[in-house]
Amino acid sequence: MASSASAGIGYEGQDGADKPETQWPLWEVFTQKDGGAPHEHAGSVHAADAEMALQNARDVYGRRGNVVSMWVIPSAQITASPSDQAGPFFDPGADKIYRHPQFYKIPRGLKGF
Amino acid sequence: MDQQSPNTTEEALNAAFEARIAADETIEPRDWMPDRYRTQLIRMMSQHAHSEIVGMLPESNWITRAPSLRRKMTLIAKVQDEAGHGLYIYCGAETLGVDRAELVDQLLTGKARYSSVFNYPTLTWADMGVIGWFVDGAAIVNQTVLAKASYGPYARAMIRICKEENFHKKQGYEIIATLAKGTAGQKAMAQDAVNRWWWPSLMMFGPSDTNSPNTAELMRWRVKRKTNDELRQRFIDLTVPQAEAVGLTLPDPDLKLNPDTQHYEFGEIDWDEFWQVVKGNGPCNRERLQARRDAHENGRWVREAAEAYAAKHSRAAQSAA
Repeated sequence: MASSASAGIGYEGQDGADKPETQWPLWEVFTQKDGGAPHEHAGSVHAADAEMALQNARDVYGRRGNVVSMWVIPSAQITASPSDQAGPFFDPGADKIYRHPQFYKIPRGLKGF
Repeated sequence: MDQQSPNTTEEALNAAFEARIAADETIEPRDWMPDRYRTQLIRMMSQHAHSEIVGMLPESNWITRAPSLRRKMTLIAKVQDEAGHGLYIYCGAETLGVDRAELVDQLLTGKARYSSVFNYPTLTWADMGVIGWFVDGAAIVNQTVLAKASYGPYARAMIRICKEENFHKKQGYEIIATLAKGTAGQKAMAQDAVNRWWWPSLMMFGPSDTNSPNTAELMRWRVKRKTNDELRQRFIDLTVPQAEAVGLTLPDPDLKLNPDTQHYEFGEIDWDEFWQVVKGNGPCNRERLQARRDAHENGRWVREAAEAYAAKHSRAAQSAA
């Protein structure tokens, strides 16, 4: 079962899909701990718009400091890989050994190559 | 396609799920899970989130009367943390497909439970110390284990929370240590708070294992990793020496160290009182729920204003485009 692109990252649950939305949209929050570090998922917040989502996210996930940048994105905008096919979907192709540097022979005696 | 009956498919999915649990894998929101696992997690997580939110009430009672600016600042920060913790866990619960408005409604109508300990009143400033020391201390013991729960969003919320709870516990213990070496009156106030909060804090871990309807199932699914009684014992073993260090006693004549097991043995918990409070008949149950209902109702205009503001800006953006 592949997920449809519009399903977001799958908060619909098993019985929640047909229920009417009774609150503000959900946003996913990503925080960056230092300049140069990757933005990592911190959690989510509800907010009426992006600006409010950023403010709520700052209060909830940034109040201990140690955050230099923050992204928010509507949860519904995230398309996720099919969780039940993680194996085949991410098959690294272990048989393709030519993708690794050890596959290639270097003349003997060559140093610092 | 295999011509499997729906039952066989369900069985196969169940078997695969149980195998993942047995292999200590983390279950994520999009993964298939048994209905019962989902239901139990929603119950447990929403109860936990409600506890964080209701837990703000006994403490906010003392913000205006904190004895110094330092104490006032830390208490405000701690109460803000509790709100944040509630949010983390509500967000985690929402990944199970439940609507937060529904969870809040269950709290406000009295259908959902929260920790029984927050139904006791905070009578003196010393109660702020004991709540940080006992109640947050008990929460840490609980949550450190829950940080290894099989459900990813719950475990991750617990890691974040545990990092913050340590501050709560330390500021509480500092309050008590300060009072305990103060005047005779201050020490008596600290002792009185300890006496009133000890047993309700032990009840926070929930009913005894022999009488806990959900524990076995949650242990089997590795949501819980230790039983209520195991966690309670750990909390007692940690806390008794801390009480001795500040020269306060715990209100249990049966409390003594067993030299063989190195565990403290303790007296019988009054389970009648526990169930009375759980059923809504504690000293402050009605007051706490009313305060939450009032807060929800009084905050309505803020929610409406934020929506109007967002709508206005979205219209402006559209007409500019």
